[in-house]
Amino acid sequence: MTENTSLRDQDGPYFGEYGGRFVPESLIAALDQLEETYAQAKADPTFALELDELNKSYVGRPSIITEVPKFAALAGDVRVFLKREDLNHTGSHKINNVIGQALLAKRMGKKRIIAETGAGQHGVASATAAALFGLECVVYMGEVDTVRQALNVARMKLLGAEVVAVTTGSRTLKDAINEALRDWVANVDDTHYLLGTVAGPHPFPTIVRDFHSVIGKEARQQMLDDYGFLPDVVTACVGGGSNAIGLFHAFLDDQEVALWGFEAAGDGMETMRHAATLSKGRVGVLHGAKSYMLQDEDGQTIESHSISAGLDYPGVGPEHSWLKDLNRAQYFGISDGEAMQALKALSQTEGIIPAIETAHALAGVIKYGNTLPAGSSILLNLSGRGDKDMETVGKYFGFLA
Amino acid sequence: MSTTETLLHGLSDKGQPALIGYFPAGYPTVQESVEACVAMCESGIDILELGVPYSDPVMDGLVIQVATEKALANGFKLSMFFDLVKQITSRVSTPVLVMSYWNPILQYGVERFARDLKAAGGAGLITPDLIPDEAADWLAYSDELGLDRVFMATPSSSQKRLDEVARLSRGFIYAVSTMGITGAREDLDAKARGVVSGVRNTKTEVPVCVGIGISTADQVSEVNSYADGAIVGSVFIKAYRDGGIEELRKTVKQLKGGI
Repeated sequence: MTENTSLRDQDGPYFGEYGGRFVPESLIAALDQLEETYAQAKADPTFALELDELNKSYVGRPSIITEVPKFAALAGDVRVFLKREDLNHTGSHKINNVIGQALLAKRMGKKRIIAETGAGQHGVASATAAALFGLECVVYMGEVDTVRQALNVARMKLLGAEVVAVTTGSRTLKDAINEALRDWVANVDDTHYLLGTVAGPHPFPTIVRDFHSVIGKEARQQMLDDYGFLPDVVTACVGGGSNAIGLFHAFLDDQEVALWGFEAAGDGMETMRHAATLSKGRVGVLHGAKSYMLQDEDGQTIESHSISAGLDYPGVGPEHSWLKDLNRAQYFGISDGEAMQALKALSQTEGIIPAIETAHALAGVIKYGNTLPAGSSILLNLSGRGDKDMETVGKYFGFLA
Repeated sequence: MSTTETLLHGLSDKGQPALIGYFPAGYPTVQESVEACVAMCESGIDILELGVPYSDPVMDGLVIQVATEKALANGFKLSMFFDLVKQITSRVSTPVLVMSYWNPILQYGVERFARDLKAAGGAGLITPDLIPDEAADWLAYSDELGLDRVFMATPSSSQKRLDEVARLSRGFIYAVSTMGITGAREDLDAKARGVVSGVRNTKTEVPVCVGIGISTADQVSEVNSYADGAIVGSVFIKAYRDGGIEELRKTVKQLKGGI
């Protein structure tokens, strides 16, 4: 592959036919300002220095790689390596993007940030950055999610953020995004919308990807330095797709490396209750971008279902849709039950409790690892830790009443 | 020139202001929405803005969100929509402009939607989340069929963007009065005047109407002193929700009376 056809050079607004800006005219000026500010920041060495320093001394980067042989034995004759984003400050990969965008908000002179959150991880990360940088912070969260992720609500409040429970629509992540967009339309002068995934209108899919691409850059180099080879498969769970694109991006031009994304199949791929957007959806426009989405024949968004609040989203980032169509990445569904068994398996074989989101990728490795040649290696983004999920997990396995 | 433009220019020439009224199709049911829309037209609105219910209406405040959710819950489907339009256009001569978020149109098919709308007697489309930059298909089919296409002009739009909006809009230009979503506001933002004058600076012949936050006869009157029409939505839905078709008629007349 020649340099000028690199899959890594796609900076929007479009990824193939996907992406764009399907938003009210009221937001165009703010999106232009963000795009311009980001371009200036990228060209400014002090921005990179500031971000690197925060990543090092606040987030805790680089995150380590852990090989997990006892877990790998469940997947056949393979080696499994975990990129430990769960060890980042706030407990997931989400902080990478938040620190970067908070610096951009400062550059734009915006005093207030708003964010949407599903599992609460992005909300917690946003509230954390707001506390660090002295910004006002409002987090929109579907009412359903405020219940199943109550601990994260408390964390956000403790950090000084206001949490707004969204009671319209399906009361989950998609409705939290709608409400955040409405807030942004009304307050765009002093407010930055700190979008938490690689979806939304241009330039969000590009900016969020770039701030998470540190995951793949580090991991690729760590594999070469510490083990002397690149993995045969690179894998992650996919909701909106931020942790997956963050890991995949560095490997896009390594054609010998397969990319596997695991979506939430909820009750099962054959049922109507899932969040497998790429596997079961159709192309449409949702939250400002053209991409695959779950919708009925009239283009009404269909509610997604997953035991994992962070994957419970009927859309997906446009770059994933493009990678799917190119067949550069493959996407599969993992049911609630498969994910929960994998969560328990990693906990009990390796002493690492993953988030339920992440457990979908772990289950994917167990399910499809044995299709690989003997001795194959798999690099998995351990995108978050499971502390926030203890109530769900405890009830699921009967540890809690 | 489009019928909508002729109508708005005619009112302006006579010194008579214009009232554009929004109502969602299928709210609370398909047949009741037809009766409500016809009642609004009979009571004095000059242009009907007929909304297509959508699951994720990011430009709309709570009143319209709740109404369109109810329409969907009561079984509204796009397959019923063009018959609904036809029922209205066969009973009143008021131009019917359809307001729809983009995904329902994209899924129905842009060309098919345009042709079916034309056949049902609709005047054109208002597209809250389709900016001219993304509208290539719609520009082509609306030109071919002579349908109105209303794009938004906002307080944050650069003069360059206002030029594009003015150049590509037909029927009227929707001047967003304030940075915000639909719903009544007590003080109509002074920014509305700025948007209208920005649009006028483009030397466009296309009329400019102001919407978002207009709820009283005084506001309708004020807006009409510097723009070509006032767009009202949430207040009509509240009136219908709380007092049925009689209250809706009364509210239209009240807002017209302020003119």
